[in-house]
Amino acid sequence: MHDGYHGKNPPPLVRPTTAPRAARRRNPYPLWFLIPAAVIYTVLFLVPTFASFYYSLTRWSLFDQQFIGLDNYIQFFREPGLIGGLTNTLIYAVVTSGLKVVLGMALGMLLTSQIIGRGLLRSVVFFPVLVSTIGVGLTFTVLMNPDQGLINKTLALVGIQGPGWLTDPSLALLSVAFVDVWKGVGLATVIYIAGIVSIPHEYLEAAKVDGAGRMAVFRHVVLPLARPATVTVVILSLIGGLRSFDLIWAMTHGGPGFTSDVIASVIYKQYQAGFYGLSTAGNVILFVLVTAIILPLFYLLNRKEVEQ
Amino acid sequence: MIRPKGVLLGSVSIVVSFVIFVVPFLFVLVTAMKDRNEANLLQFSWPTRIVLWDNLVQVVQARDYQLVIAFVNSTTLTVCSVAILVILGAMVAFVLQRRPGRWTRIADFLVLAGLIVPPAVVPTIWALQKIGLFRTMTGLILIEVAFGISFTVLLFKAFIATIPRELDEAAALDGAGPIRMFFQVIFPVLRSVIVTVVVVQSVAVFNDFANPLYFLPGDENATVQLTLFNFSSQFTSQYNLLFTDILLITIPPLLMFLFFNRQIVAGQTSGAIKG
Repeated sequence: MHDGYHGKNPPPLVRPTTAPRAARRRNPYPLWFLIPAAVIYTVLFLVPTFASFYYSLTRWSLFDQQFIGLDNYIQFFREPGLIGGLTNTLIYAVVTSGLKVVLGMALGMLLTSQIIGRGLLRSVVFFPVLVSTIGVGLTFTVLMNPDQGLINKTLALVGIQGPGWLTDPSLALLSVAFVDVWKGVGLATVIYIAGIVSIPHEYLEAAKVDGAGRMAVFRHVVLPLARPATVTVVILSLIGGLRSFDLIWAMTHGGPGFTSDVIASVIYKQYQAGFYGLSTAGNVILFVLVTAIILPLFYLLNRKEVEQ
Repeated sequence: MIRPKGVLLGSVSIVVSFVIFVVPFLFVLVTAMKDRNEANLLQFSWPTRIVLWDNLVQVVQARDYQLVIAFVNSTTLTVCSVAILVILGAMVAFVLQRRPGRWTRIADFLVLAGLIVPPAVVPTIWALQKIGLFRTMTGLILIEVAFGISFTVLLFKAFIATIPRELDEAAALDGAGPIRMFFQVIFPVLRSVIVTVVVVQSVAVFNDFANPLYFLPGDENATVQLTLFNFSSQFTSQYNLLFTDILLITIPPLLMFLFFNRQIVAGQTSGAIKG
């Protein structure tokens, strides 16, 4: 992918005229460079991932396990508290990535146009990406307090009775999703900024000469040419959104009830309760969900880009 | 040239983004400066009496200086795992980029898998127990390496692709073996991308919550994020102390941001788009 002009067959490193034997004996790119990282990665990532398929079929306490077939999965799909986590995960991932694409692109357009305070604005929008998710979650829990919180007090000033952002069962998940967007939109924005500034200036000039208005330039020049940025933002936010745990745990613990539980928080709760097999089944379901969504998207979006 | 329209649009954006993105941080700051009663009103107002120092002392001393221990733990974790990530990640990226072939294609696939697949929690604990590293700092450091290596390799690979092979050839002609070639010739050239990796990964590891929660439980091992989370249940009626804690934990990323703004943005975007 990034090999550029190097092609498939690398040119011989040491020219054959000098010392062919020595060159062949000492490959300058030894495969053992991969070994230390490969060992850590295999032991702590690959092996547990493969083991999870087996252990999800057991009743498991780390010391002994008993094979119980698909019982964990049946339980997962039967209990409303567990299966609710699956739908919530999907809602959360779709809402956060959708908003990040739309807002990230809008902010990207704004922050590449000729306005004052551009550098300052870029920094302000990006900074929340770097701060602690737990800190952000706890801060917004306070700001979203139904009676005393700053958000509802501000709404009250203009005569709106604000809802119980985190206490209303139908709203809690979306409220957390909004905070996720608040924290993550800066990353989407810088990706769009990088995508938009890489569009050759001639295209924009040509469109203007042809009499295209601002909207037409956006729709027919910026939108298609910023496509790689959109692909990146969609895939990154879906991966992040489907796995999301920290923010939900810091703000609602999955509550009220199980209304804002996602798969990752279900995994943690079952782990805490000692149901290791069930928890691991949750992990396998999350694995299947993430691959089933990301892989097709990856191929679809990348292929279309090649066709253009 | 900035036209009047740009001035207007810029001013409006500054006001709006100030309200949305800056006010929450100011809220943290003013609440951390208030005394307990005033902080518990949750108002966004300038404190009548500034007691930031008292709050700091109380937070630091809480639970036998747990916050100090947590800062030491988080620093150890961040420094060690990022150092290992940089060295191992650069070695892997160098070979994968320079030596296309069957093995490296498999490795490329595994790197992508590491980016997408969510780690399985309990089986990872099981693996850590098997090698005797569960509940140890070493174990958690290796976990951060295992989960962070994919992104690191992608960042390094994109950069190494821009380094001409003639550099390797020259080193080989001078008789340098692989180790000398890599550490004395290639590694120094990677300086700018190393800065990016260090900044991006240290922010990620420092802010990590889930992995310490699962793989290094126990009060004496707590990292700053876990301490903050524990304080949030302990300090429910002491918002001044909770927000002082949040303020303290926001300082390291703020310093990173002030010093390395450009590298952070470059790293987040380049790795992302090329990956």
